[in-house]
Amino acid sequence: MAAFIIRRLVATIPVMLLVATGVFLLLKLTPGDPAGILLGPDASEERRIALREDLGLNDSIGEQYVRWLGNAVRGDLGDSIFLNKSVTSSLMERAEPTLMLTFFATLVALVVGLPLGILAARKRGSWFDVGTMGVAIVGISMPTFWLGLNLILVFAVRLKWLPVAGYASITDGNLWDSVKYMIMPGITLGVAQAALLARMTRSMMLEVLNSDYVRTARAKGVSEYRVVMEHAFRNALLPIINIIGLIVAALLGGAVVTEQIFNIPGIGRLLIQAVGRRDVPLVQGTVLIIATVYVVVNLAVDIIAAALDPRIRRA
Amino acid sequence: MQATISLDQVAIRRPSFMQKARRIASRHPNLLVGFILFLLVTIVALAAPIIMTHSPTLQNPSDRLLSPSREHFFGTDGQGRDVFSRTVKGSQLSLLVGVAVSVLTCIFGGLIGLVSGFMPRIDGVIMRIMDALMAFPSIVLAIGIMAVRGAEITNVVVALTVVNTPRMARVVRSVVQGTARTQFVEAAQSIGSSTPRILFRHISPNCLSPVIVQTSFVFAEAVLGEATLSFLGAGAPPDVPSWGGMLSESRVFLSQAPWTMLVPGAALTITVFALNLVGDGIRDLLDPKLRQR
Repeated sequence: MAAFIIRRLVATIPVMLLVATGVFLLLKLTPGDPAGILLGPDASEERRIALREDLGLNDSIGEQYVRWLGNAVRGDLGDSIFLNKSVTSSLMERAEPTLMLTFFATLVALVVGLPLGILAARKRGSWFDVGTMGVAIVGISMPTFWLGLNLILVFAVRLKWLPVAGYASITDGNLWDSVKYMIMPGITLGVAQAALLARMTRSMMLEVLNSDYVRTARAKGVSEYRVVMEHAFRNALLPIINIIGLIVAALLGGAVVTEQIFNIPGIGRLLIQAVGRRDVPLVQGTVLIIATVYVVVNLAVDIIAAALDPRIRRA
Repeated sequence: MQATISLDQVAIRRPSFMQKARRIASRHPNLLVGFILFLLVTIVALAAPIIMTHSPTLQNPSDRLLSPSREHFFGTDGQGRDVFSRTVKGSQLSLLVGVAVSVLTCIFGGLIGLVSGFMPRIDGVIMRIMDALMAFPSIVLAIGIMAVRGAEITNVVVALTVVNTPRMARVVRSVVQGTARTQFVEAAQSIGSSTPRILFRHISPNCLSPVIVQTSFVFAEAVLGEATLSFLGAGAPPDVPSWGGMLSESRVFLSQAPWTMLVPGAALTITVFALNLVGDGIRDLLDPKLRQR
């Protein structure tokens, strides 16, 4: 197991290095002089030249790259142009709402997706199965932002049950207040993943339910509940854990859109604001953080899968 | 009455094209429904100039936020533009981006996958680069590219192609790796066929069905991706009617004019839904092993 973890960790290094390189190149791909973009169109020529010197833009691209990478490894992602703050501290401030949103969306995906998938497989071919899978494909096809706007229209504008948009931190005020703001965003972001998870769970369960050991279990008179939950579901769980890695990626990306719809001051909204103001260091920092989280989650998923299944460890 | 029938009477009759089509349609209702819906969207996009009742871009301040009527089927938006005509016009952009991204992704993903799968020596390097590209959630990578390239339709196509290429390359690579060890490839090598000839003549036809399946999903991803980018203001320029852009503008008028949100969103959902059905259907059709049991 230790050998597997080390091997997997080592394999992550080149990927992270390439990710960081890609993010560094983002600034280089920007047409025009980065210093000119940072200062805006009205800046004087002297200030531009001074800033080029400050930023080290006159050094060779190799030197710039090594310096940027060295700083990034130490957690220094440069300074945001518009926020007058370091990129790292801006990201820290915005982390809580995004974590909350991802948590609620994961909750929706798991609580809705897993049981529906299991039941659909169990009652394969029934109206319940056909109906659930029909709803699932609609759920996958419906764009996050349209679902979010529809929810706002029904539950906030018409019924006035929930606030239209916004965010209340869990650190101040009561718990219900912050949960109230998270219900619609959580559903918006979670539904597509719930649908995906239901489809995957169903097909995994069907595979396992047709296996010999399930027939053996039934033959020796094990109760149906135990057959489904203990014999079948446990074995179907492994591929499902792998899918959770994909789901987290979708949630991280989806958070950008969902935060925008519901005015949630998280990392995703920060990214969009940074893009709107062409705040390149902030865009770089945000993209790098999101990619890093994704890589780490996938690493964790692989290690959990290996811990559960000796075949993966030896592969 | 004849007790026996001669072979002539049961002679093998090849099913006609229509018979085959009917059989596929009855066995794969998903594919049929998806195909019909997608055909409908395509017809709307192609016939847009005939179907549109108003100019999709003409602003008319006196007609702001009118509810649906005989004059404006789906009402008007915050600048007095006809929502029906804008939605019809928007289908062109969606399909244009979808087609462009699908074709480019097939070309680049296909080539990268072929080379990577057949040449183990450079496989490691190429796949690490693909892994790195896949380490970004796709919409975040697309936003990053848009941020530096600027809001233009060509940039949308570039960004979405970059995002989708690694997945296509992976699909092709896995098929190539499976095929590269078969006897017919060995035979081709032993009679001295060149590498490009082996790749394109012997190996690539085997990739066809997984590539077709993947392409329909890439198409769906591209349509959704364009709408998402435009919704976030990092996609099509503001003066081009796009479903995502319309949805973004509709947010302000949600309580007064919900039709500005409902109509383009429904069009987008139907298109993506149709493409997902087609993708699922083609997969079931081409690969019975993967069929949903």
